[in-house]
Amino acid sequence: MSVDILPGPVRLGLRRGGIEILQFVRDRTALVFTFFFPALLLLLFGSIFGGDDGDGVGAARVFTASMIAYGLVSTSFVTMGAGLAMDREDGTLKRLRGTPVTAPAYFLGKLLLVAVLSAAEVLVLLACGVLVFGMPLPADAGSWLTFGWLFVLSVVACGLLGIAASALVRHARTAGAILNVPVVALQFLSGVFINPIDQLPGWMITLASVFPVKWMAQGFRSVFLPDTAAGSEAAGSWELGRTALVLGAWCVLGLLLCLVTFRWSDRGES
Amino acid sequence: MTAIRVRGLRKMYGSLDAVAGLDLDVPAGEVFALLGPNGAGKTTTVEILEGHRRRTAGEVSVLGTDPGRADRHWRARIGIVLQTASDAGDLTVAEIVRHLAGCYPRPRPPGEVIELVGLTGKAKSLVRTLSGGQRRRLDVALSIVGRPELLFLDEPTTGFDPEARRRFWELIRKLSAEGVTIVLTTHYLDEAEALADRLAVIARGAVVAEGTPATLGGRATAEALVSWAGHQERTADPAALVVRLAAEGADLSALTVTRPTLEDVYLGLIKEPSA
Repeated sequence: MSVDILPGPVRLGLRRGGIEILQFVRDRTALVFTFFFPALLLLLFGSIFGGDDGDGVGAARVFTASMIAYGLVSTSFVTMGAGLAMDREDGTLKRLRGTPVTAPAYFLGKLLLVAVLSAAEVLVLLACGVLVFGMPLPADAGSWLTFGWLFVLSVVACGLLGIAASALVRHARTAGAILNVPVVALQFLSGVFINPIDQLPGWMITLASVFPVKWMAQGFRSVFLPDTAAGSEAAGSWELGRTALVLGAWCVLGLLLCLVTFRWSDRGES
Repeated sequence: MTAIRVRGLRKMYGSLDAVAGLDLDVPAGEVFALLGPNGAGKTTTVEILEGHRRRTAGEVSVLGTDPGRADRHWRARIGIVLQTASDAGDLTVAEIVRHLAGCYPRPRPPGEVIELVGLTGKAKSLVRTLSGGQRRRLDVALSIVGRPELLFLDEPTTGFDPEARRRFWELIRKLSAEGVTIVLTTHYLDEAEALADRLAVIARGAVVAEGTPATLGGRATAEALVSWAGHQERTADPAALVVRLAAEGADLSALTVTRPTLEDVYLGLIKEPSA
């Protein structure tokens, strides 16, 4: 008789990732609101404020770069937070708790969903920027390397914070509304919707600097805008080292918050 | 072999004893029913056995393992039918069964499981389009796809129409015939009588009676009620009474002899002690 091997957490995580993506794609509301909404905003903002801002960089390009930060927050933080609240409410988590799917496997699946959605979101936003607003893509490997680590740190930090935030959501149907309050507020505070960021009051920039969004938007501007545009940043430079530090710190904090707040059920039990 | 052994189980919510010193033994291969009114501690007990809930005190062994410390290998050996679940609505029946099958080391073929619960015609339908009864049968399919040795069913047929319940019972009997140990909680005494090899009645967090459906609470030896032509008499030996009545020439055209029903015994057992 052959020995039957129980699938390990990594294999189960990959299986979960596949089924999560299938479920997300079937859910039209989530697809429209978390996936296409940032692109719609980009098209609106880019068309309204599309003029040249005087530095030789079109405002639409600045919006495109900044809006990637909003898109990633939407596909990682909101998707993760609302998805977890839903899984807790509809019995998904309770069902999995009674199967060989462990917590790490479940979260690996969620992170895969979030990573795939986020990558697709970036592609959609860049397509808007390139095709509609004529934004040139960087040609040097360095910029894409920066883009790579920014993307990973952003998705991991926002995804983990989404897991932690789901603990604050009592009913899944209100999750989108609750999670979008800090998200939209932070977009304004962090200079995603308001360009350039130095138009904001100083205290707002200081407040925004505590949170990840400002650094994500600034980082993506450094990738997709010419270096001459760095002058419009709050510090007058891209501050990539500090960006990595802040986002890394949020990853660690997010992980700690998850470990403290995660529960399989909503009744405060194991 | 013992599938479940519980000694002195306690669960406190604040200062309330939801489970107050409960003992249970379920041999492997048995269909065991837990009966009791709402709030008696049935669901809490079952959730502790499933590893969903922590206990306050007591010894619990399920398939030789403490469910409070159980790992994924243990979880692969049990099946749980959830009381309320509305997950996987955007997947088809076949997709979610196939997905969960892939999580176990030795799954049943998904098509076979779907056939077993009678959902073959619905295999390509989205889960959220299923009726209540179909949804519960899907829950059973998902709980047995991993070939569990032990299956937990918490009030599995609540809300079923009579025909759906009969079909569900057939399914449980089939699983039992395959050697699966089954623990079910239920409100329905006819369900316990139809399915269970043995049952226990829980009231106020403890087992107040245990036995087979025929013997529970002294049912087999209880006095029978003999009624005829406007008369009634309780007796331990109804045969002797009927013979005597016949000899006396009593009118026996409407004669009935009734033992207490399981329901009578049950209601007597769960009655609150008068203060």
